[in-house]
Amino acid sequence: MLTISSVGRRFPDGTVALRDASLRLESGDFIALLGPSGCGKSTLLRLISGLDRPDAGRLDWDGGRAPAAGEIGFVFQDATLLPWATAEDNVFLPLRLRGVSRQNAATDVRSALARVGLAGFEQSRPRQLSGGMRMRVSIARALVTRPRLLLMDEPFAALDEFTRHRLQQDLIALWQSIGCTIVFVTHSIYEAAFLARRVVLMTPRPGRIACEIASTLVPGPETRLEPGYAALVADITHAMGQALEHA
Amino acid sequence: MNPKWMRFAPSLFGLLSLAAWEAAVRLAGVPVYVLPGPLAIIAAFFADPVGLLGSLASTLIVTVTALMTSATLGVALALAMSASRLARAAILPWAVVLQVTPIVAIAPLVIIWVGDPFTSLVVCATIVAFFPVFANTAAGLASAPAELNDLFRLYGASRRDTLFLLRLPAALPYFLAGLRISGGLALVGAVVAEFVAGSGGFASGLAYRILESGYRLQVARMFAALVLLSLTGIAINVGLGALDEALLRRRGETHNTRESVP
Repeated sequence: MLTISSVGRRFPDGTVALRDASLRLESGDFIALLGPSGCGKSTLLRLISGLDRPDAGRLDWDGGRAPAAGEIGFVFQDATLLPWATAEDNVFLPLRLRGVSRQNAATDVRSALARVGLAGFEQSRPRQLSGGMRMRVSIARALVTRPRLLLMDEPFAALDEFTRHRLQQDLIALWQSIGCTIVFVTHSIYEAAFLARRVVLMTPRPGRIACEIASTLVPGPETRLEPGYAALVADITHAMGQALEHA
Repeated sequence: MNPKWMRFAPSLFGLLSLAAWEAAVRLAGVPVYVLPGPLAIIAAFFADPVGLLGSLASTLIVTVTALMTSATLGVALALAMSASRLARAAILPWAVVLQVTPIVAIAPLVIIWVGDPFTSLVVCATIVAFFPVFANTAAGLASAPAELNDLFRLYGASRRDTLFLLRLPAALPYFLAGLRISGGLALVGAVVAEFVAGSGGFASGLAYRILESGYRLQVARMFAALVLLSLTGIAINVGLGALDEALLRRRGETHNTRESVP
């Protein structure tokens, strides 16, 4: 899907946010970008989305064409909903910006909300929803355009443990049913180990990709209790320790 | 405390204070040209209701026209500033100059330059009322979180879409808060300008009536005009507050209530 080659990004204040990052995204991947604050995870995500441009290196999309508007979905750390709009109107927004009429979008909007478990909350405003529900609306908004690539920037970091586990489980189910590629930024080793097929470890100052760990776990409600999960967490923790030591 | 009493407490306190005032001036024998009692003030109003209400209408027209002008100008300039850095650099210093220059100092010049008395008063009141609505709207237009701006970019939103679907709705509560402050200031500006114009012999609103009554030592009439001004200020504030609540309530927002998770 995408080949990222030796990409670098230096901010105007001189901070090197990312240096020499290379990564290959395959269709249907679920990649976690894992690392401490300031290691360039979010910068890499913004470069992939096209919201920012690299100073060095290149991003080559398969077929030579960068995704069009709506082919990339983005979920931020905060739900970033329009506070004055209903859940339905928030999910309708990306389609509205593409010129789709409300009538034509109605089925897609309702099905996106139902997919994230919010059927019946179409007319609720963000203020009336819990943090977890707001994040679900945000995910529905990202999914309504049926993106090829879903970018998620620490979307569950601000949620409580119970809601986070529930949403992680639901995200896996969504990924399995939709089949899009997901790049998920997190600083939680446990979250990365549970969700991702590939965990990409990053280190700070300057942000670099240190190494990559593949996972063969099949995430489910009991996964966190399995020895394979504990072993993967231990592997990632060990690799991260080594990477930070050498950084 | 019984909520019924709480509701009537302000009116009750006001009535008691007025009664105490009336009793004090009568018992102490204070002359009416020094401090009239509330009954003398009411009598002064009913001695010339048409004249005072006519002046009130004149002040009100100047205030409302100035408020609408300042709202239109404020929103237009805030939009220009949000659309262009050059416009921002050009406009902002002059807006601050207007805000910090005392209207009492500018009013005589405005009255000389503009000529037409009504327009002069509106210009003065607009200068006073302009800044809050302008500054608040400018802040509101820039208030949408960076992530929402990114989201609009990501979905290829046009500038027009970003303005109408994100920036203007985000600016609405700020605009309404600014309008409420500007409403009070428009009245202050109108009154100050009327004082200056009144000193030059232009008979118009309530401020002129206060000036005129002062010259004639009709202190009760001065108070009557003052009460009308206060009531006008309160009416403007309450009216704009109601508009604010109604518009925000329509989109599920209020200043005072926070709905909880169902």
